[in-house]
Amino acid sequence: MAGTSGTPAAKGVPLQADALTGAPAPGTGVPGADAPGAGPGGPGAPVSSGTGLRLSGVGRSFGPVVAVSGVDLEVPLHSRLSIVGPSGCGKSTLLALMCGLDEPNEGTIDVLGATTSAERLRRCAWMPQRDLLLPWRDVLGNAALALENQGVRRRTARQRVGHLVDRFGLAGFEEKLPYQLSGGMRQRVSFLRTLVAGKEVLLLDEPFGALDSITRADLQEWLRSALDEEPRTTVLVTHDVEEALLIGQRVVVMSARPGRIRAQFEVHLPHAGSRRELIRHPEFTELRDEILSLLEAVT
Amino acid sequence: MSTTVTRPDESEVTAPEKSGRTSAGIRRALPAAAILIAIGLIWEAVSHWFGVPDYVLPSLDSIWSTLISEWPGTLAAATWVTTEEVLLGFLLSIVFALVIAFALHSSRVVRNAVYPLLIGSQAVPVVVIAPVLAIIFGYTITPKLIVVTLICFFPIVVNTIDGLASVDPELLRVMRTLDGNKWATLRRVEAPAALPSIFSGLRIAATYAPIGAVFGEYAGSQNGLGYVMIQAIPQLETALVFAAIFILTAEAILLFIAVSVLERIICPWAREGKR
Repeated sequence: MAGTSGTPAAKGVPLQADALTGAPAPGTGVPGADAPGAGPGGPGAPVSSGTGLRLSGVGRSFGPVVAVSGVDLEVPLHSRLSIVGPSGCGKSTLLALMCGLDEPNEGTIDVLGATTSAERLRRCAWMPQRDLLLPWRDVLGNAALALENQGVRRRTARQRVGHLVDRFGLAGFEEKLPYQLSGGMRQRVSFLRTLVAGKEVLLLDEPFGALDSITRADLQEWLRSALDEEPRTTVLVTHDVEEALLIGQRVVVMSARPGRIRAQFEVHLPHAGSRRELIRHPEFTELRDEILSLLEAVT
Repeated sequence: MSTTVTRPDESEVTAPEKSGRTSAGIRRALPAAAILIAIGLIWEAVSHWFGVPDYVLPSLDSIWSTLISEWPGTLAAATWVTTEEVLLGFLLSIVFALVIAFALHSSRVVRNAVYPLLIGSQAVPVVVIAPVLAIIFGYTITPKLIVVTLICFFPIVVNTIDGLASVDPELLRVMRTLDGNKWATLRRVEAPAALPSIFSGLRIAATYAPIGAVFGEYAGSQNGLGYVMIQAIPQLETALVFAAIFILTAEAILLFIAVSVLERIICPWAREGKR
């Protein structure tokens, strides 16, 4: 097969699909403009501070099984939060609740002023562990899916996405079908598809979990610099503590059954620096050990 | 897709691959050919050496000579009539089946209301219903098309519904977060995902269609391969009956191959993914 291993991803690439592709797509209006109790920032004004995401007393149970309970969380606008926890602790459930795919039994979720699930869905981009690309669409077609859903014509959508392909290390693969790509490339296409939707909030559910460790390290570094370059309100769910510390500015540790928040850590790492340097940083190793021992305790 | 720059390179690569593919094709067709030849030999042996009379089991060479001699007068016209019924009936059943399948997929109420009816329709004895249709519509093409559709649509409906429902639920959730409404999801995800299943249904239906046409002609007709058979049997022209059967068989096989070729053209990804 086309043995294209994960090419080193470009560093420091702009992420904001809107900024690169022109006007924001219809259906993804200015945050809080049409929501009750409008969030920070008036229409049209770029928002730079305030609350991106707020969960208060959120609980969700499936029949007798309590998946998450009493979760209070606040993610400031354009900041990044990582959630770590043992498998089955309700991390993914929490993410599905945030983006409006599911409704909590108790508590409220506020995403940039949106509280109903339909409105949350319009503000959140969600990316699961598996790339879930459409096998009959080529790279451009897959990436342009959200734009087409928003009513952009097929050709225009492909053109807009075409400008971004280079920055995602996919140049030259525009017309390849998913089965012709390596795992790392497929995941980057999935990323591109998620970002092109032009949502304010990015919810990542173990996005690198299915990749080999080299590709994973590569993409972690790439995502970190990309989000540094153009910040978005991001929540990352992972069971990899190093990944959580690399991407997140704050790390939340959850316990299992029912999923509850056990601890929060602020991550203060130097902005510059490669992944290898960061991992050896004393603050990094100290935090990692602390979180790991905490995880052992809650499991 | 690729530019002229890569062309010299490409032709070098594809040439041996293509010949490899044809030889692989021959190798795949070999067992089928061997079995056909073996059956033919046994057939000839039985009809020639065991004294089986020609009106019971005509020899292959007498069937062949009948096919040649009757082709201009009888069989050509009959084949044309039947082929028309088969193709039109097949197309009609595809349209009918797809409309029903998409309706059943998009509404639970419709599904609950109509599915039992569809299953029931398969229990209707076509042999009995065909003459009734002939009484209603006369010796026209209409009753044949109805019979072909009645026989062919069901496998297409069942496979299409399965295909539409086979989409990964997580992918449907992704579509919701990508601003995909119900229509966008049906059009961009569910319908393409169902294509391989739809083609499975079409392949089954393709083999049923000629039977349906002959049933229809048996119930009342003025021409067609079924009509030729009805005329030939009382006159003990068994060779002519077998000639008609062979034409029908060839028609079913050709229709099956045509559907398979169309599938390869329309959804190449399905094949590549399975390799």
